[in-house]
Amino acid sequence: MLGRLEQLTNIYGVSGDEGRVRKYLKGALDDMGLAHKTDAMGNLIVHKAGKGRRVMVCAHMDEVGMIVRGVLENGLLAYEAAGLDPRVVISKRVAVGRDDVPGVIGAKAIHLQNREEFKRALAHDELYVDIGAKDRADALKYVKPGDRICFTTKFERLGEDIVKAKALDDRVGCAILLELLKNDYECDLWAVFTVQEELGLRGAKAAVWTAAPDVALVLEGTTANDMPKAKEHEYVTRMGHGPAVTFMDGGTVARPRMFKALQQTAKEAGIPYQFRQGSRGGTDGGAINKALDGCVVGGISVGCRYIHSPASLASVSDIQNAYLLAHAFLQTKKFDEVL
Amino acid sequence: MDTKTLETILTTYGPTGHEDRISSVLRDLVAPYADEVYNDKLGNLIALKRGVSGKKIMLSAHMDQIGLVVVAIDEKGFLRVANVGGVNAPLSAGHQVVFENGTRGAVYFERNEKGVGEVKMNNLFVDIGAESREEAEQLVNVGDMCVFAGRFALMGNRLSCSTLDDRICCAALVEAIQKARSEHDVYYVFTVQEEVGLRGAGTAAYAIEPDLGISLDVTGTGDVPEALPMAVELGKGPTVKVMDSSVIVPPAVRRFMENAAAEAGIPFQREVLRGGGTDTGAVQRTRGGVPAGCISIGTRYIHSPVETCDMRDYENAVKLLCACLERKELPIA
Repeated sequence: MLGRLEQLTNIYGVSGDEGRVRKYLKGALDDMGLAHKTDAMGNLIVHKAGKGRRVMVCAHMDEVGMIVRGVLENGLLAYEAAGLDPRVVISKRVAVGRDDVPGVIGAKAIHLQNREEFKRALAHDELYVDIGAKDRADALKYVKPGDRICFTTKFERLGEDIVKAKALDDRVGCAILLELLKNDYECDLWAVFTVQEELGLRGAKAAVWTAAPDVALVLEGTTANDMPKAKEHEYVTRMGHGPAVTFMDGGTVARPRMFKALQQTAKEAGIPYQFRQGSRGGTDGGAINKALDGCVVGGISVGCRYIHSPASLASVSDIQNAYLLAHAFLQTKKFDEVL
Repeated sequence: MDTKTLETILTTYGPTGHEDRISSVLRDLVAPYADEVYNDKLGNLIALKRGVSGKKIMLSAHMDQIGLVVVAIDEKGFLRVANVGGVNAPLSAGHQVVFENGTRGAVYFERNEKGVGEVKMNNLFVDIGAESREEAEQLVNVGDMCVFAGRFALMGNRLSCSTLDDRICCAALVEAIQKARSEHDVYYVFTVQEEVGLRGAGTAAYAIEPDLGISLDVTGTGDVPEALPMAVELGKGPTVKVMDSSVIVPPAVRRFMENAAAEAGIPFQREVLRGGGTDTGAVQRTRGGVPAGCISIGTRYIHSPVETCDMRDYENAVKLLCACLERKELPIA
């Protein structure tokens, strides 16, 4: 699973441009002998038909990134970002468009900044991608408005238990879902790798109509804010303390039976876990729980430090335990106990 | 409705997402009058009274109340909380709260230079009398929710209680199922999770596929000192909703309700609510769309521990609802 995670996190797959991630996953599914289909929005759906409860398990393929908004006279690219703090993009290396043209998001060197500039963080519309073009005409030979811009961080292991990569949110979910698909469960399973979650759960809003589940598990990367100056009650999750179980987020309030069932599953199987100690933030669950005639949604998340930035960290044991928790939930048919 | 039953409906625990207790209370009250009663996947309580016309009316009032959710417990046993629904942080400080298992708490705020007015949710904490984290964990867990401790205060014609939104309308539905005579199939739906985005109403409407939706909720008034201009006043009747932030009620639906009121001699007001949404919007935009309207009960101090309404408006709201249900012809938007 870790090997798959490395490959998955290195792929460029910004919201709306998930094609390469989908291609990789289709290849993996073909190797596993699993049929799959892609819907009109690009969601990748695997239906493992079975008797019993309709259960949806999902993870999103897209990562936060940027798109070329325009090419300036001087050859710099203006961009649009979604879900990115402008402070994390400065001085980062990016890849632009289908040919992965290398670029840098630069800013004025410190020597040249005046006192006021020095103190203020630059906003996205004051920043540009520089691909080294001489002027507009030159730039347009290589890139064009609408091209996707992605960070180029490469996966690395830091010590025994920590990985550093871009897109841990939510390639960890994709890796876990792929692993779950190796097993057979006693339910009608709809595994969905969704698109455009970061733009507003857009893929899930469509895919839920196909899956029409009674119960769903959402596998996500979530905030781990366990930093020295942060207050403990603002950590949300602690890296390395186990997968995080959701009681509430910006789009769902966990049904009491689901919240209890996930904890019960972890205790029975001896899997360490923590609570996602926050009440905000969105996941595909927000779209799924109130679609059609409703669905009971459970959230299992892996805490990622520095989420929504070019380089985030997560714990390997958290990822493995998140898989074990989802697996045990499905295997012990807890989905029958949450309705 | 006798005072004791009303008080039970108003003070039973039921914050957003944790409505089982209030659902159980309401279920016992409506079951004797319904042909079918059940809870759906999200916990909406639905009581169906069958008619003969083949048309379906869905009524809705939401069971959930706003509250505070425990996000963390610190080493000294103080609870750190976040809001469930539209809870105002400064207005919460200095109030008592209660958890599902009866544990009581006192809400206060981290001292700061500017005083309570600047306080945010993450500056609040709840003191449940525990002296350590271990002691607190015997009583409550992360993920548990508390609500303002219910105080039911009759003041002449008026009633003050933190849960008028929307339990006063749940009470109205309970009275209506006993009193109304309708030719149509009437679904009395006590919805869940309205306060966090009208989630229960949409899923209930999807399953029911009604021909007409009438929601019941509280609305603001313009009759207190320095109030935002609003035509609604306590005691002048229930309202027929024109518009709120979730919906513009189709004129045909509004006229249907106004005609029912005029013909039955029931006083009513017209209501435009700024900055608040209701189940009406969620019902309206289900599947291919539903003609949807709303009867509201004017309420002062909404989303505070001292919400206040006029009981004459409540009685007239029940009458207006029954008058609408007794109409043969239903509006098409």
